[in-house]
Amino acid sequence: MTDEMKIIDDVTQSDYKYGWNTKIDADEAPKGLNEDIIRFISAKKNEPDWMTEWRLKAYKHWLSLEEPSWAHVKYPKIDFQNIRYYSAPKKKPQLDSMDEVDPELLDTFEKLGIPLEEQKRLAGVAVDAVFDSVSVATTFKETLKEQGIIFSSISEAIKDHPDLIKKYLGSVVPYTDNYYASLNAAVFSDGSFVYIPKGVRCPMELSTYFRINAMDTGQFERTLIIAEDDSYVSYLEGCTAPMRDTNQLHAAVVELVALDNAEIKYSTVQNWFPGDKEGKGGIYNFVTKRGACRGKNSKISWTQVETGSAITWKYPSCILQGDNSIGEFYSVAVTNNYQQADTGTKMVHIGKNTKSTIISKGISAGRSNNSYRGLVKVGKNADGARNFSQCDSMLMGDRCGAHTFPYLEIDNDNATVEHEATTSKVGEDQIFYLQQRGLSEEDAINLIVNGFCKEVFNELPMEFAVEAQKLLAISLEGSVG
Amino acid sequence: MNNKTRPNEWYVSNFEKFESKLNGQSESFVHTIRKDAINRLNEMEFPTTRDEEWKYTNVAPLLKNDFLPTYSFENPKINSEDLRKYIFENFECDILVFVNGLFNDELSKVGKLPSGAVVDSLNNVIKNNPDLIKDKFNTLTKVQNAFNALNNAYGVDGAVIFIPDGIILERPIQLVYLGGNGTDKVLSLPRNLIIAGKNAQAKILANYAGYGDVPYFTNTVTEIFADESAIIDYYKTQHENTNSYHIDRTDINQKGKSVFSHTAFSFGGLLVRSDINSELEGEFMECNYYGLNLARENQHVDTHTFVDHAKPNCQSNELYKTILDDKARGVFSGKIMVRQDAQKTNAYQSNKAVLLSKTATIDSKPQLEIYADDVKCSHGATVGSLDEEAYMYIRSRGIPDDLAKSMLIRAFANDVVDNVKIEEVKEQLNHLIFEHLQRVEITDISKY
Repeated sequence: MTDEMKIIDDVTQSDYKYGWNTKIDADEAPKGLNEDIIRFISAKKNEPDWMTEWRLKAYKHWLSLEEPSWAHVKYPKIDFQNIRYYSAPKKKPQLDSMDEVDPELLDTFEKLGIPLEEQKRLAGVAVDAVFDSVSVATTFKETLKEQGIIFSSISEAIKDHPDLIKKYLGSVVPYTDNYYASLNAAVFSDGSFVYIPKGVRCPMELSTYFRINAMDTGQFERTLIIAEDDSYVSYLEGCTAPMRDTNQLHAAVVELVALDNAEIKYSTVQNWFPGDKEGKGGIYNFVTKRGACRGKNSKISWTQVETGSAITWKYPSCILQGDNSIGEFYSVAVTNNYQQADTGTKMVHIGKNTKSTIISKGISAGRSNNSYRGLVKVGKNADGARNFSQCDSMLMGDRCGAHTFPYLEIDNDNATVEHEATTSKVGEDQIFYLQQRGLSEEDAINLIVNGFCKEVFNELPMEFAVEAQKLLAISLEGSVG
Repeated sequence: MNNKTRPNEWYVSNFEKFESKLNGQSESFVHTIRKDAINRLNEMEFPTTRDEEWKYTNVAPLLKNDFLPTYSFENPKINSEDLRKYIFENFECDILVFVNGLFNDELSKVGKLPSGAVVDSLNNVIKNNPDLIKDKFNTLTKVQNAFNALNNAYGVDGAVIFIPDGIILERPIQLVYLGGNGTDKVLSLPRNLIIAGKNAQAKILANYAGYGDVPYFTNTVTEIFADESAIIDYYKTQHENTNSYHIDRTDINQKGKSVFSHTAFSFGGLLVRSDINSELEGEFMECNYYGLNLARENQHVDTHTFVDHAKPNCQSNELYKTILDDKARGVFSGKIMVRQDAQKTNAYQSNKAVLLSKTATIDSKPQLEIYADDVKCSHGATVGSLDEEAYMYIRSRGIPDDLAKSMLIRAFANDVVDNVKIEEVKEQLNHLIFEHLQRVEITDISKY
């Protein structure tokens, strides 16, 4: 084994640092999925009848669908009847101050390095902490309320703002969209709801930390963000999960709606349990994320750092309906050991003079497979549409794979579409150069990898960029050989 | 599905009648392949847009027709004067002519060849010297879809080029394939085999053209073997008539240090689909694909390429350009596979398209699948209209609109045309580009 390989091994063998299990009694549904379970979930959450009906419709549609198999990933068949579709910590207090939060929960967040108090004070971030499936604590609500911003769990929103939910829920990702979106619509447990009124610039970064906790509990969040005319919001989503032996299914749906001149920035750091070194366990992450730029001059920007999950299957997309609207996608996807990722984006240009940018960086190490799959579609009437895509892959080790599957569908002569992709390993001469300057081989590799991802990290809000770099170090640190 | 409505049914039910007309050929080793293929054709369905590989190309309009197989229609009478319309001229070359997949001895002209070299029709080779091709024929092209099966089952003839070790063919070889007979909807199913030995060299120009205006269907399969250090330049031009169908499958196997170039020009055809697949089965070799696809009105041109890097230290280059006018639709799908052992691979792919009208459509799918870490691979795709700044610049020099556009088209196409190493063919190709797009011709680019 060469030195280089040894370093890769050392680095890639570092264990998952965020693995522990919080002991909180969960209020669980029995395993399995049928209409009764859906009614149970709906009843547990005191939902109105129309919501229950919507869930049941989605469930019926889901039954008519087949599990998709086109992604470049392999996994044993999921037994959807062996999953618990509802689990919530028993106490569901409506809290206004941190004192009321279950101390054990607070401890969990402490371990994660994201104490609510800290964030509240230092970063000015309002945190809607979703522990398993139910929002437990919501902070900064008061400040946001003054501006007319609604930032709550989606269950609360269903009760408090039924008109908005009826109007927008499922309007971007209908329950008929795909297999996992249908499943999510039927059984979604909770999630976040954000409403930014006309002309308001959200004064702080909104953030939700999700944790998957109870054994064998699939988590099905549903997030809905609405930005009215001339508004702005930046939303952060970050995830870490404890060690598990059995695979956990995670099928979230995120819907964004941006109206005239509105801008939504959605950032994700995903570090769920990727399975151990033998590829045992780990989260299945099958997510549908889509934003609709409905209004003129609207903008939606997705930034993601994906380091966790055994299988990632995720395509945050933008529907550019409004004239002059802009869609952006910045992604770093890291896979190691036996992880598999099939991720990318869809940019659908419908309005005139719409622009989109795709920057995707894939890093594969160990025996993992990392694919970029993206679609750029320019419709007949999308005059002056402009797209630029760049997909770079880096391979670390000779047992891994990096793949690119872009689709370009252009129906307009006035569009300009560019796609570039490269695949390479970390250059020996670059490492040599840095070593010659006195850096250790590992540091050199780290530096190069960080440089490789810089374009994407630059898009992350400050608070997240730090965490993202840490994550990269943990899951990959020097995984280039 | 009701059996009567299956397009396969027509071909399966006619097979016995066809078989009885085969005479001597039914004794040869090809016949087992033929029998096997008709069974496969009976089992499998023609591809639909639900197949990922045919997502953008709908062959349903093609399948609506019942095309007449070889021996069940009259071939047109063509004399050598007529032939001049279809061939590339003004340079010395050996010519093999096939009319609707059948060899035409009178029109073909092969000069003296170095000893051991064979440039002949498949039928003649099977009759006179079957051992020459037995171990290679049909080993590369596995029946992947119903079109391949149809060619295997009904194809009776095609070109065989055999170049022994160390032989260089000085004269290019022009293979002319005429489709259609002007009255019936007919099938033309050429089946070609090119075998180049170690250090062998050749330039081959496969020229597909159409006779008359009645729709016909050319479904051709070509297998090419390039042994160690062989250098093969393969050019393909396609100007079928514009209401006909053209489906081409070319499989290439390359051995160490060989250099193979495939340069394709597509002008005609209502629905055109080309599959080009290379296996790089050795080290230190080079594989080049170049292509220019032109389409206008309601033409549909689809090119699929697949380069499979199995061994280290190889290089592949791909450059495909597409020019679309009116309601034409272009499709490109290119896949580069780099397997685990193929370290030090350099693979490049580029796909550029120009849309000349609002209603033209292009779908492009450049793909990389990479399992080795020490590689340099890239692909790029661009789609747009003609460069506005360049156009503006040319216009500001007092050049009229149509001429300015033609200059830009010529410049765009030139990257591909330049790869043709036969000067006389280059000029004729340039002429065809403008003739086909119905635009003002730019004859000598150096004048401007």
